[in-house]
Amino acid sequence: MGKQSIIPFGPQHPVLPEPIHLDLVMEDEKILEAVPSIGFVHRGLESLVEKKDYQEMVYVIERTCGICSFMHGMGYCESIEHIMNVEVPARGRFLRTIWCEMSRIHSHLLWLGLLADAFGFESLFYQCWRMREKILDMFEMTTGGRVIFSVNKVGGVLKDMDEGQIRQILDTIEWIEKELTKIKKTFLNDYTVETRLRGVGVLTKEQAHDLGAVGPFARASGVVLDMRKRGYAAYPELDFEPVTSEDGDSWARCEVRINEIFQAIDLIRQAAAKIPAGDLAVEVKGNPEGEFFMRVEQPRGEAVYFSKGNGTKFLDRMRVRTPTFANIPGMLQTLKGADYADVPILILTIDPCISCTER
Amino acid sequence: MAKVKKSPWVLHYDGASCNGCDIEVLACLTPVYDAERFGIVNTGDPMQADILLLTGGINAQCQEVVKQIYEQMPRPKVVVAVGTCACTGGVFKEAYNILGGADTTVPVDIYVPGCAARPQSIIDGIVKAVALFQQRSDEHDKGIVNGSREGES
Amino acid sequence: MAEVICPENILKEVDVDRILDESMIMKNKGLRLSQACAAYVNGKYELSYSFAEEGTYQLTTLRTVIDPETEVSSITEFFPYAFLYENEMRELFGVKIQMTKPDYQNKLYRIRQETPFFKKAEENA
Repeated sequence: MGKQSIIPFGPQHPVLPEPIHLDLVMEDEKILEAVPSIGFVHRGLESLVEKKDYQEMVYVIERTCGICSFMHGMGYCESIEHIMNVEVPARGRFLRTIWCEMSRIHSHLLWLGLLADAFGFESLFYQCWRMREKILDMFEMTTGGRVIFSVNKVGGVLKDMDEGQIRQILDTIEWIEKELTKIKKTFLNDYTVETRLRGVGVLTKEQAHDLGAVGPFARASGVVLDMRKRGYAAYPELDFEPVTSEDGDSWARCEVRINEIFQAIDLIRQAAAKIPAGDLAVEVKGNPEGEFFMRVEQPRGEAVYFSKGNGTKFLDRMRVRTPTFANIPGMLQTLKGADYADVPILILTIDPCISCTER
Repeated sequence: MAKVKKSPWVLHYDGASCNGCDIEVLACLTPVYDAERFGIVNTGDPMQADILLLTGGINAQCQEVVKQIYEQMPRPKVVVAVGTCACTGGVFKEAYNILGGADTTVPVDIYVPGCAARPQSIIDGIVKAVALFQQRSDEHDKGIVNGSREGES
Repeated sequence: MAEVICPENILKEVDVDRILDESMIMKNKGLRLSQACAAYVNGKYELSYSFAEEGTYQLTTLRTVIDPETEVSSITEFFPYAFLYENEMRELFGVKIQMTKPDYQNKLYRIRQETPFFKKAEENA
């Protein structure tokens, strides 16, 4: 038995864009246990329901996280729409779907880049982010914002896309598909990359279920779980199957996310072909009374939005349960028994979003 | 832009932000915007950093971390607050755990507005910080002590 | 066309001392704890434990309404990953949850203000 020591990891760490702190209990080079401490980004935005009315809250909820900001806003709006029995017009639902899938592409490309950076493949990191910029340009063209673009409101969306914009989006995703097909080879077939990812941080299907993992993290272990199947926005009218993999290691998580980008490209094409003309939003009158649990599939997994209204314009309670919050127990499990050098990769493979988690 | 004699090293730390400004800061360092053409290098080590980019507001827990990072940086140093939250607290100002902008904890030299701050304005902030760093560095070499900044420990 | 499974959410009101039994039933059915949260409404806590079924996408929520002094038993025995939710409830709301493992002793978020959601509601009343 070797000597036990505790190595603090974070909050300020070169590999982490966001602060999280782990105490790693080590025996020589192996990790026995990881103890997380969170709260560096805790703002308490759920408490703002007392100060902002339910329509202003959309802009607060969107700022839960800058990466999946659109989906946060949408999930919250859908929960209020369910309470108030508001039917969003078809065009509004399709536009939401297109922006959702574009967010997924941009989030997964961002993650692929960070992963490449974590195993020291700098040029691959730059390639991924170069592709991601094209999607951000499309966001800027259609909404005016690059990362936070408040286009959601209770009852629909605020901005429309014209024919030319949709065509430009289709051209862009075609370019991304071509480029990603090239990069995919490096991620999945390169010998060096494979040695860093294969067999690292294995999570079995049983463990994934027992630890409550969600999203690509769970799907890489073979759990078929995709909230888009629940049918919100325009997903009921599109054809797709959840992407899964069997191995449950870091390589499988990478594979799942790459295939989800291709799936998102396909979904945007389907939505662009089917998008009907019509209104963007309906007028919403009155105040919400009642409660609803809304679940949406974010790039990182299932997010739960719980809104409880009391008939006034201020909600009683707004709660966001974000996917990283559910994936932390799974991450701690994969850290057990891992090498110290693999810690950055293992933290990254759940695609952590700390500002989501701590709100 | 002033003539730069040295390459300042940049450290990025995320306070209680929403992540939007962080990924924009990262995007600035990647090929499309490439802020490194102004002679800066991104680093992860406070002890070798000259310019601190702070994003997000300050909360009770990260206050100590920000203070410590600031103190670990060698003098002369420049602090840039990126984004509305780092400037004033932004949309989260009224939340119970936000103390306010970055200037509640460390002296801030340059404020970059925007929610999220656009890469163009972040680059502008970095360029200004590089010039200011050069000026402070010259003063430091000549032995002039900037009373307001250098006097603080 | 993809098959869409969209069952209605189920809300089940239970007494506070039934929480453990009910969550054991959920565990035996193979459900996953999707979320747990507290709300402070009209001087009472409303605790919600949501369980999700993987095949059918059904969400079942156990709801219990309790007085602030009432003690609640922890469900970490059946769902070990509930510890984050329970620590959060205790820290932000001051819900008295017994035997959470591991117990962060109100140090999960390390906020300056104690139980912000609970106190504020009291001031308003």
